[in-house]
Amino acid sequence: MTAPTTTEATAPVAAARPRGGPWRAFLAILGRDLFVTWNELPVFLVQVILQPFFIIFVFGKVLTNLGFAQANYGDVLIPGTIALTIVLTALQSTALPLVIEFSFTREIEDRLLAPLPTSLVAVEKVVFAALRGLLAGAVMFPIGWLVLGGLHFDVQPGELLVFMVLGALVGSAMGLLLGTAVPANRINIAFAVVLTPLLFTGASQYPWASLDSLRWFQVITLLNPLTYVSEGMRAALIPGLVPHMTPWVAMLVVAGATVAIAAVGVRGFIRRAVD
Amino acid sequence: MTEPLDDAIVEVSDLVKRYPKRPVNAVDGVSFSVGRGEVFGLLGPNGAGKTTTIGVLTTRVVPTGGVARIQGIDVARDPVAARRLLAVVPQRVNLDRSLSARRNLLFHAAYFGVPPAERERRADELLDQFGLADRGNDKVDRFSGGQSQRLMIARALMHEPTVLFLDEPTTGLDPQARLFVWDRVRDLRERGVTVVLTTHDMDEAEALADRVGIMDNGRLLALDTPAALTALVPGDSMLEINVAAPAGREVDTVALEAGLAALPGVERVERVRAGAPAFAGAGAGPWGGPPGGPPGAGPPWGHGNGAAGAPATGGARFRLYCTVDAAAMVAPVIGLLAQSGDTLDDLNLGRPSLEDVFINFTGRRLRG
Repeated sequence: MTAPTTTEATAPVAAARPRGGPWRAFLAILGRDLFVTWNELPVFLVQVILQPFFIIFVFGKVLTNLGFAQANYGDVLIPGTIALTIVLTALQSTALPLVIEFSFTREIEDRLLAPLPTSLVAVEKVVFAALRGLLAGAVMFPIGWLVLGGLHFDVQPGELLVFMVLGALVGSAMGLLLGTAVPANRINIAFAVVLTPLLFTGASQYPWASLDSLRWFQVITLLNPLTYVSEGMRAALIPGLVPHMTPWVAMLVVAGATVAIAAVGVRGFIRRAVD
Repeated sequence: MTEPLDDAIVEVSDLVKRYPKRPVNAVDGVSFSVGRGEVFGLLGPNGAGKTTTIGVLTTRVVPTGGVARIQGIDVARDPVAARRLLAVVPQRVNLDRSLSARRNLLFHAAYFGVPPAERERRADELLDQFGLADRGNDKVDRFSGGQSQRLMIARALMHEPTVLFLDEPTTGLDPQARLFVWDRVRDLRERGVTVVLTTHDMDEAEALADRVGIMDNGRLLALDTPAALTALVPGDSMLEINVAAPAGREVDTVALEAGLAALPGVERVERVRAGAPAFAGAGAGPWGGPPGGPPGAGPPWGHGNGAAGAPATGGARFRLYCTVDAAAMVAPVIGLLAQSGDTLDDLNLGRPSLEDVFINFTGRRLRG
């Protein structure tokens, strides 16, 4: 029998903090997303691999065999294609589910009512989508090896890891921005307007320096974060084969872009989540 | 309108919510509190501000003014702490379609840090309690409306909330599912869980709520127990009578109506045409003559099938709105009928239902 005043004073606090803090909820939500991805892994892989597979096959194998491209073009193509796969998979892994969950299924409500700050729910979306992007990027190595019958890489492990992670994060941050900024009924248009330019202005099919002769296009490509990821991947995998941007410059640009885009995206997310 | 409660779980004071670019406040200075273990009903037409009020309390809507507290926690200042205490069953299904019914429950509990063994135990218990034990491993996208609703309530209970918010919990459910949900809400009250529900279903509010707040245009118009609210309606008691004339003559309805209206204690008299629905509680009544048949055109012996003693057709029906208790009006009415030689066939004492209260406060105008 303790003094009743003490019990009363501590009771709400004790009830308010039963088990674990916001990060525990964060991990549980991440666990839910990974569980769902794991359950549909074959579907997920087919979904993300098909497009890069055909890019590598047609441009790296068919065109070189026909003599329209140099024999080692495949080695130049694969680092950029991995960058493209990582960024676009991460982007679609945030944008599409967000649009669906906010407007159609409302599934996200259960997570918005979980005991963690709303901004952390947005961060979880970014982290999870980045993991999907990384997985898709990792799978591209064996696929490239199989399609081209061997890869001639001079791997810089540190740079490879940094650019894969940064590429995944910048992609999912862009997806967060897109998924929360665009109304549900416009998402088809938004995807068409955003994805195609992103795909072809990201320097993933050509080294950025080689655009010297097309100066205006070279400048435009600098606006696309994918350009720096592609350059970074070439610096990490084929440093001696073609010219590439200085890796730390590319890293800084991608990291800065990630922070800026994610910050706007998280604000957009909170606006959608809370009236 | 707010009576301070000793053990208030939910406290709302001077709550205002104004959406940008809207001319009026969605919630306009609402105050109430809900005690521990109480079932509190927010009743109002569509667009009255019920759901917005619930939205503020459940941390999904940021108030423009005023304070909302759950167990002393200001929901706008510390939404994370408030979320630990509350659970929400929304109007629209928001189950996780990628997961089975059981996993919906398990992951929800995981978000709240319920340990794994405890999660499993509670999930099995709740699936069983909500009649979904055999559907646990099914994906939820093929669940019927009633099943989804049951699962959403089960999910809400997985982290043992102090207060449960039910936003129109039975809208669109069949009668069986509705009664099932009602029973579960009553169970919760017995277990001491505070329940706040919104509804525009009078029966639901009357059946479940300890106290009811009537909202319209963002304001709380009345707040009390259903019984106390019904006592507020003017003409707080009604008397419905059926009058028959002796064989061979018709009831002089005009004279009778005037006579009834002149009785002290009668505020207003209404002639009720045959076939018109009786007021709440009166049932179809023995007067429901064959539709289309003129009153008094029945067979001369007057007795319908099985309607022992009461003529199936004929006579005249009146509804008396009294300023005194309806029972006290029976003797004067009989006295009046004795003078004219008519007889009283049937009478019905009625008190206004919550629906009368609701219409009295919110009017009959249709809402967009």
